[in-house]
Amino acid sequence: MTTNVYDKLIFELSSPGRVAWSLPEMDVPEGDARKLLPEKHVRKDAPALPEVSEFDIVRHYSRLSRMNYGLDTHFYPLGSCTMKYNPKLNEDMARLAGFARLHPLAAEALAQGALQVMHELAQDLAEIAGMDAVSLQPAAGAQGELAGVLMIRAYHLSRGEKRTKVLVPDSAHGTNPASTAIAGYEVVEVKSLPNGEVDLDVLTRTLDTDVAAFMITVPNTLGMFEPRIVEITELCHASGVQVYMDGANLNAILGITRPGDLGFDVCHFNLHKTFTTPHGGGGPGAGPVGVKAHLEPFLPVPVVTKDGDAYALDWKRPSSIGKLQAFWGNFGMLVRAYTYIRTMGPDGLRSVSDNAILNANYIMKRLETDYDVAVPGPCMHECVLSARRQKKLGITATDIAKRLLDLGFYAPSTYFPLIVEEALMIEPTETEAKETLDQFCDAMIQIAREAETNPAVIHDAPVTTPVRRLDQTKAAREPNLRWTRRA
Amino acid sequence: MASRYIANTPEEQRRMLGVIGAASLEELLVKIPTKARLARPLGLTPALAETDLIRHLKALAARNADADSHVCFMGAGSYDHYVPSPINHLISRGEFFTAYTPYQPEASQGTLRTIYEYQTMIAELTGMDVANASIYDGASSLAEAALMAHAVTDRSEIVLSRGVHPLYKRVTATYCEGPGVRLRDVGAPDGVTDLAAAKKLVGAKTAALVVQTPNFYGCLEDVAAAAEVAHAAGALLVVVADPVNLGVLEGPGKLGADIVVGEGQGLGVPISFGGPNLGVFAAKNELVRRMPGRLVGATVDRDGHRGFVLTLQTREQHIRRAKATSNICTNVALCALVATIYLAMLGRRGLVRVGELSTAKAHYASERLARVPGVSLRFAAPFFKEFALKLPKPPERVVARLARQGFLAGVPLKTFERSLGDCLLVAVTEKRTKAEIDAFTAALEKAVA
Amino acid sequence: MADVPKDLKYTREHEWAKQESDRVRVGITAYAQDQLGDVVFVELPKVGAKVTAAKNFGVVESVKAVSDLFAPVSGEVVEVNGELLQKPETVNQDPYGKGWMIVVKPANKAEWDQLLTAQQYEEYLAQGGH
Repeated sequence: MTTNVYDKLIFELSSPGRVAWSLPEMDVPEGDARKLLPEKHVRKDAPALPEVSEFDIVRHYSRLSRMNYGLDTHFYPLGSCTMKYNPKLNEDMARLAGFARLHPLAAEALAQGALQVMHELAQDLAEIAGMDAVSLQPAAGAQGELAGVLMIRAYHLSRGEKRTKVLVPDSAHGTNPASTAIAGYEVVEVKSLPNGEVDLDVLTRTLDTDVAAFMITVPNTLGMFEPRIVEITELCHASGVQVYMDGANLNAILGITRPGDLGFDVCHFNLHKTFTTPHGGGGPGAGPVGVKAHLEPFLPVPVVTKDGDAYALDWKRPSSIGKLQAFWGNFGMLVRAYTYIRTMGPDGLRSVSDNAILNANYIMKRLETDYDVAVPGPCMHECVLSARRQKKLGITATDIAKRLLDLGFYAPSTYFPLIVEEALMIEPTETEAKETLDQFCDAMIQIAREAETNPAVIHDAPVTTPVRRLDQTKAAREPNLRWTRRA
Repeated sequence: MASRYIANTPEEQRRMLGVIGAASLEELLVKIPTKARLARPLGLTPALAETDLIRHLKALAARNADADSHVCFMGAGSYDHYVPSPINHLISRGEFFTAYTPYQPEASQGTLRTIYEYQTMIAELTGMDVANASIYDGASSLAEAALMAHAVTDRSEIVLSRGVHPLYKRVTATYCEGPGVRLRDVGAPDGVTDLAAAKKLVGAKTAALVVQTPNFYGCLEDVAAAAEVAHAAGALLVVVADPVNLGVLEGPGKLGADIVVGEGQGLGVPISFGGPNLGVFAAKNELVRRMPGRLVGATVDRDGHRGFVLTLQTREQHIRRAKATSNICTNVALCALVATIYLAMLGRRGLVRVGELSTAKAHYASERLARVPGVSLRFAAPFFKEFALKLPKPPERVVARLARQGFLAGVPLKTFERSLGDCLLVAVTEKRTKAEIDAFTAALEKAVA
Repeated sequence: MADVPKDLKYTREHEWAKQESDRVRVGITAYAQDQLGDVVFVELPKVGAKVTAAKNFGVVESVKAVSDLFAPVSGEVVEVNGELLQKPETVNQDPYGKGWMIVVKPANKAEWDQLLTAQQYEEYLAQGGH
């Protein structure tokens, strides 16, 4: 089945003497670099990079691309990842020379257009989240979390409070505890109710003057809105605890409700989720972070400011937590997100969340008889199913994911959140059409039938992909992390 | 109003609500308490039609002095290197561009293979055993290296040369704040790290000594000597290096580095106002289980065919949570793909050529510029493609004036280091021509006269 | 039901302990290795390190899970199974034999009596093991 699949690496195409580059002539008098540099700094042997033609390259990487499922080619119902259509116009705008070819250290006067994009985007995000100020600097959600928790830390310290713990629900994304730990806090895991909601009794017992922050995802990782969220943020504030919202699920609430209005002090945005910048096979993303006014002095430097018609980078912020990236943020992603927000406008963004919620509820309804629903609906922008019924038949969430690949769909997120057995987390997003949702639901129902009548076809899956199930154990026991020429 | 990015028509919405058993969209929002609702539309600019939006963004873009409209001599961590045309075409393929992190390896072999190629190329260039799939940028790579050195050695100080990019140092300081890792500075008064001073500072508490080569001033550091200083005290040597230079310059791993980090933007990534960039991270084999970020490994599938997977994932946040080696999740896979295609295109001889052209042109430029009356090279130490010029007039004003003549003259050092307030950092890549350098020299001469 | 040798003592974190004259050999139980799946990496302390009863002394990893190892008794590590670094699969293949992890010279004999007997551990497993 898989014998005819392309199996080359670029190194295996190399033929000594081939070139794929075109470089200018050496037009200066002394062209011998080795005479210009002390010998001890100079490489002894040319690096073992491939020697191939330009067309070799184009065909190789085109063929490799076809070994991927991308959002442009396949429905990608990955829960928590918001795999929505990435508009092509965003790409054109990010590639304008005035943006793509602008040097980060260009004098402010020579970068007014870029600074205006950043200033307006920060304002838009602040309005969307109900926050007072936004830093665009964090490179991804996890870095936004780190920035947010560091600002909370700086805030407490500025008030002479040395709090040591941060509360994180057991249903949280792994980045939450990891970011918190880097910020120097002890992470205290808070047990959720079986329906994924915060257990207020547990929370009340856990809150004390040693707790710096409570970090939660809204809607939660089971795709449910936290019905007592306002009570929760008030409860935290009564103990002097700051409340952080993981904005991974912001796609559910655009124009419906705002983290700031719910009482959150900090939240981050994943521009590569809600705001349509591409995932690129694992980044780059962008993870701006928004704060309420009391945390504004601690924002990363520099902050883009506007005075009259002039935009500037403000470095004079003595309470700042410092910097997260060398420069100002993943600007290319910011241009894309700005383009998207301007394309949609306020009504369009509201309609995004309405349709994301509608699509998720439609899927949940269509699958509720064949799979166990983790929590009864209505859900928000994603729904979590459990394959515990199928597990009894020997079919796991992983098996279902692999079978979906054969049926022409990427897989839902599996085994997350950790508090749901055999979790299948499905997020369709607003950009998918009803007929795609129907085809996906038909495939899921087919798999549920197969689990009962023909489990072998599921265990064998996938058979239509370039490779079949891979030996993860071998990969971890005998790490092979770089290519070497076979002797 | 209909949006071109949302498929559902009102009729389809009605049918879907019928299946769900809800009378309206509003009924799906029952769990959101009324008092938590936003009672007004978001206060944003109304939607713009595509043609209007393009006009608006083009007008904004036109207000920037970019490296197409101007001749670029700016560097300091972001360089105007050659970008072969196929890169943009290939990375724009939706299968690469719109794929998620390769968690389902059978449907992600394209991305996994390119990352494996990337890891191989970076390990080869840096002279290290193993490279990860990328970190956000050079600065956050250095910050991660500092935390890793702290974890590996269980020591709490990092000694950084003043030749390390000042903005990288600030990022490292931010990351080190929580864990309480102390940063100590060692000077570079003559443009290169004062290793005698470093030897006094590096001791039993030192997790790592960090040097950058070429350093922030463009000067080449003696990595082997720095390695001796670090290792004599049981500390690691972390080297910040730009991989695009490593066709000509020796891989720091061959000179004793334990961890090599750097900014890979020069490998075909657009300068893009400083981001997204490409954080390079490579280390020795024995440190692999402490490395941050994703790693791709080769394995076999059920039929014995070669395949690739994300591996050693127990290091990562989604499994180890608070005890993970790093909090990084999304990295910059697409920029790593850019670098992979770039390095495949430049190949064994092209990358050497890029380095030779850059250094030869930079040396030519430095000679020409230093002959301008009142202008001199600030440091005598050997440099690669970038150098600091001492100017007789305030560099900010010179930069503003030259911009009007079509040159991005360089980076004034005043904001980075007060004592270098009269200095301009000038970078010359392989793209600059002799004619451009000569014209720039003439323009500078007028500007400082 | 998983194999639970009668001559060993156990912890609630699924380590076994075996008295060998004045020393205690430590590993993880058959149940534990089964729950973990294929073991791919084991991180153990160095000879001479001190371990504390009920405190973490190392880590065992499968592809998708990490599990802390807890010392059944306090004392000094006098032997470490270095072979597990090369052959972590031994933990799956022979958890009570070649898959042992460390040998401890106990500092406090009273701790031994706090450990679960084979019968108690079996009952604990029967209740779900956590």
